[in-house]
Amino acid sequence: MYRYDSIDQQIVDDRVAQFRDQTQRYLAGEIAEEEFLPLRLQNGLYVQRLAPMLRVCVPYGMLDTKQVRMLAHIARKYDKGYAHVTTRQNIQYNWPALEDVPDILADLASVEMHAIQTSGNCIRNFTADPFAGVALDEVMDPRPYCEVMRQWATFHPEFAFLPRKFKMAVCGSKSDRAAILVHDIGMALTTNDAGEIGFEVFVGGGLGRTPVIASLINSFVPEKDILTYLEAILRVYNLSGNRENKYKARIKILVRAMGAEAFAERVDQEWKHLKGSESTLTAEEIERMKSYFPTPDYREVASTADTEIESLRSEHQAFDRWLTRNTRDHRQPGYVSILLSLKPVGVPPGDVTAEQLDAIADLADKYSLGEVRTTHEQNMVLADVAKDQLFELWQDCKKLGFASPTIGTLNDMICCPGGDFCSLANAKSIPVAEALQRKFDDLDYLYDLGDLSLNISGCMNACGHHHVGHIGVLGVDKKGEEWYQIQLGGDQGKNASLAKVLGPSFSRDEVPEIIEKLLNHFVDNRIEGESFLEAYRRIGHDSFKAAAYA
Amino acid sequence: MPRIILDNSVVDDNWQLITESEQADVDISQLAEGNYLVPLSVWNSLVAELTTPPANIGLWLASTELPEQIQGSISEIPVLAIDFPAFADGRGFSIGRLLRERYGYKGQLRAIGKPIRDQLSYLVRCGFNAFDLAEHYDPEEALTSLKDFSDNYQGSVDQPIPLFRRRS
Repeated sequence: MYRYDSIDQQIVDDRVAQFRDQTQRYLAGEIAEEEFLPLRLQNGLYVQRLAPMLRVCVPYGMLDTKQVRMLAHIARKYDKGYAHVTTRQNIQYNWPALEDVPDILADLASVEMHAIQTSGNCIRNFTADPFAGVALDEVMDPRPYCEVMRQWATFHPEFAFLPRKFKMAVCGSKSDRAAILVHDIGMALTTNDAGEIGFEVFVGGGLGRTPVIASLINSFVPEKDILTYLEAILRVYNLSGNRENKYKARIKILVRAMGAEAFAERVDQEWKHLKGSESTLTAEEIERMKSYFPTPDYREVASTADTEIESLRSEHQAFDRWLTRNTRDHRQPGYVSILLSLKPVGVPPGDVTAEQLDAIADLADKYSLGEVRTTHEQNMVLADVAKDQLFELWQDCKKLGFASPTIGTLNDMICCPGGDFCSLANAKSIPVAEALQRKFDDLDYLYDLGDLSLNISGCMNACGHHHVGHIGVLGVDKKGEEWYQIQLGGDQGKNASLAKVLGPSFSRDEVPEIIEKLLNHFVDNRIEGESFLEAYRRIGHDSFKAAAYA
Repeated sequence: MPRIILDNSVVDDNWQLITESEQADVDISQLAEGNYLVPLSVWNSLVAELTTPPANIGLWLASTELPEQIQGSISEIPVLAIDFPAFADGRGFSIGRLLRERYGYKGQLRAIGKPIRDQLSYLVRCGFNAFDLAEHYDPEEALTSLKDFSDNYQGSVDQPIPLFRRRS
């Protein structure tokens, strides 16, 4: 993975010193509240319902074990002993004290980490496929490009006070696991007829109050030109985005108002001036970035590993289930990737204790070349596991509580922190997730339902990505009471679709029973092998609606 | 006399801002003495009358106004100010860069309105060299914020060569 050189290190160290000074001036009353707000936000610090919340950047989801151990240390020293994996691959702490934050940032900087631009109206973390570099269907590893873009976006002087936040994702594989179509800018690596590398660029996607699927505005931006092209898009947005009404300030509103074609033209006019400038990437720089993500030195795994696994599978049903749900194919023969489930019943989805973080670091050192990835579905990945160690790894995972064999099932819910923590939330989301997990805890039933995403957000800001869940649950406020709207038919990926609202909302107690009705309707009407989403698309929204309100 | 930051030091400033609401009452003949920054509409009508306005008249742009709307020769404007009506209104950062990089403006580029001390390093990198900070900031103390970072990744007005072309 990428390693800081002395300049990268100096830049994050400068940032720590800058924020330390800003915090001192704020605490001394020298900076007004509203002026300190963007300064702290751009260092990841929110003020939440109960305490500040600090969001730490995990660039495109990559962590080494030294970093994971530091995250554990921070959870213990400055927080209540746990952390939370967010839906944009970052890590959040819910209980730090404001005056400790400069020290936390200094600790992070000591392991090449930071909280820069994890919040605020600026360019946020770049997200990518958690299986980057190992996925079978990968066209190109997105991580070197993500790192190029991360550096370009870090303290970009022109774009630190945008109309609104700005999120980008990069996909390098045939299926999109980075949800690029629901980002302000989504990029898909591709090649042209001449075999040159470039990007398809989609703009104006997003969830939140006004969910929109992004529009393609350029089908091939050569790799060397990507930074100037991004600069052109951001400049058009910075100058023309709505600054009067924050609910109309995201780029998706501008793109929709102008029309994607007219927007693309404006970008081209701007790009004309920037293309070919010094910001054009050099072949050396692209090579330098690629050199940080080499194919690891995989070892030879005995061909008997497969037959041994098969015999262990037949002896241990739980191992068999875990292999079926929690592993992914790998491009290196003899290897697989595995998902550590952070969704055991009774724990808020994505929460992980300091002890578990240390244990994950130990697992990664022992089984997966010392690296860990976070996923936007709020789990973690060990990307490079040799098959002859799978049984041992599974036993370790079981002991540590990461072996819930439910990845991709109804119980692998995406869920925002909701009203328990977040000051924006209209309703709690964690208790809904827990009630659903308790009601649908039978593994055979979950497997029979097949791949099913259920996403829960505590408000329309949609951190729980409810619009792109096959089933989405949205917390709403009705006269001071918490209600829940159910939506159906959303999907992420290259054929992303937005979920449609079922009808009037339900009380929290009613939610599990309504979900059950919807699931029964699916089971009763599906054709052999059909997924929930396929059945929904075939049978239609009204049919499910009738079942829910019957 | 008001004090501003100009080229890394604090100086007295005698440029007076003519706001849009005042302009109706101002006659150009009244602007003979002193130094004035006038709104775009006044600037453009001066250019229409005189081609080159006198050297004691500069221009200020609102955050909604673009360099392409400026009539006449931009390079001869002695002081060009850009308003930050709220410090979070970041349009001025793009406008500054455009003036320096696309229009080749070499004169004084000033941030006015409500820019804050902690934006100084970004403003410098977008081409500003003069700063009239929001009132509650002491310009002397604010000078240290000009040096928050020892290096930067992107190409910008003060360093057009991005870091990736300078790493050895």
